Amino acid sequence: MAIAAADQSQFHVLAVDDSLIDRKLIERLLKTSSYQVTTVDSGSKALEFLGLVEYEQSSSDSPSISTNTHQEVEVNLVITDYCMPGITGYDLLRRIKESSALRDIPVVIMSSENVPSRINRCLEEGAEEFFLKPVRLSDVHRLKPHMMRTKFKDHHGQKKREEEEEEEEEVDQEEESERRPGIEAPLHDKHQQQLQHQNSNKRKSMEEGLSPDRTRPRYSDVAAVV
Amino acid sequence: MDALQLKRQLITFTELLFREGFLDEQFHQLQQLQDEKNPNFVVEVVSLFFEDSERLLNELAKALDQQNVDYKKVDAHVHQLKGSSSSIGAQRVQRVCIVFRNYCNEKNVEGCLKCLQQLKHEYAIVKTKLEALFSLEQQILAAGG
Repeated sequence: MAIAAADQSQFHVLAVDDSLIDRKLIERLLKTSSYQVTTVDSGSKALEFLGLVEYEQSSSDSPSISTNTHQEVEVNLVITDYCMPGITGYDLLRRIKESSALRDIPVVIMSSENVPSRINRCLEEGAEEFFLKPVRLSDVHRLKPHMMRTKFKDHHGQKKREEEEEEEEEVDQEEESERRPGIEAPLHDKHQQQLQHQNSNKRKSMEEGLSPDRTRPRYSDVAAVV
Repeated sequence: MDALQLKRQLITFTELLFREGFLDEQFHQLQQLQDEKNPNFVVEVVSLFFEDSERLLNELAKALDQQNVDYKKVDAHVHQLKGSSSSIGAQRVQRVCIVFRNYCNEKNVEGCLKCLQQLKHEYAIVKTKLEALFSLEQQILAAGG
């Protein structure tokens, strides 16, 4: 089965952040990786762009299929800041995952704060990755598998995903010298395997106030969760 | 001075800034994102940082000058400044912000005011350093380097 070599310029990322500096940064990071980028400064603008305007017409037999007619451009991934006034990144994540039209779009959360319960909550809600700010090129490199998976979902499904995750793990081990087991959060059984596998690839860091030598710590000792 | 001498000066100066903790690895990341197609990326981002910081420092002064200090507001401003300084690698500024937020949590106005002074100080220094860095770069270009 031939896997089409995905030209990254066919991937379109929607980046959401209320900070102008961070928008500029994420845009440059994504464009450097040859992605198409749209940046917006709020969760509500993101929802608008995705076509999820207030079409909360709940009819009994069709939950939320209505709303995607306005989305002219396909979005292959949403990357959003967590802390934003109004609709937070978490709210945005939930709205996307609750929408039948949009739930397959991978969502990545960015945050300047390392709060394990926050990270867990986002991952459990369906976020693919959780990046600590400032985001770097090495983080952006982790986005491709998620976009590829969705793009080629119909043809390759589970097998490809497993291959990519293995690949991801190998690359990570080369890049990072420190690696610790992922968070042990109380997870529902059906998601447990998937999330734990994902968790081992997520970036989490130590507490703030690290010595300058430790530039990119990855995992936290999350002894106490929830 | 010719381009070569200027370049050496730039290298030495940059190394000093990193060594003394004015800038951290994130600044280096920014430099790596700059290329022929985006030759002014670093200057642009840093300029945004300058504008943002000046605005936030003013807001902080105002907020702390109130009879009843709104610590949530103060914290929100510091949080923003912490974020932007972190995004450009202005390490010393970022570190003061961390201390500042602790004082906010404690609703310690003295501590907050002290931090604000420190922030103004650190910001002024890093601004001067960065402007000197950019000036050197301009000189190199002008000298044909």
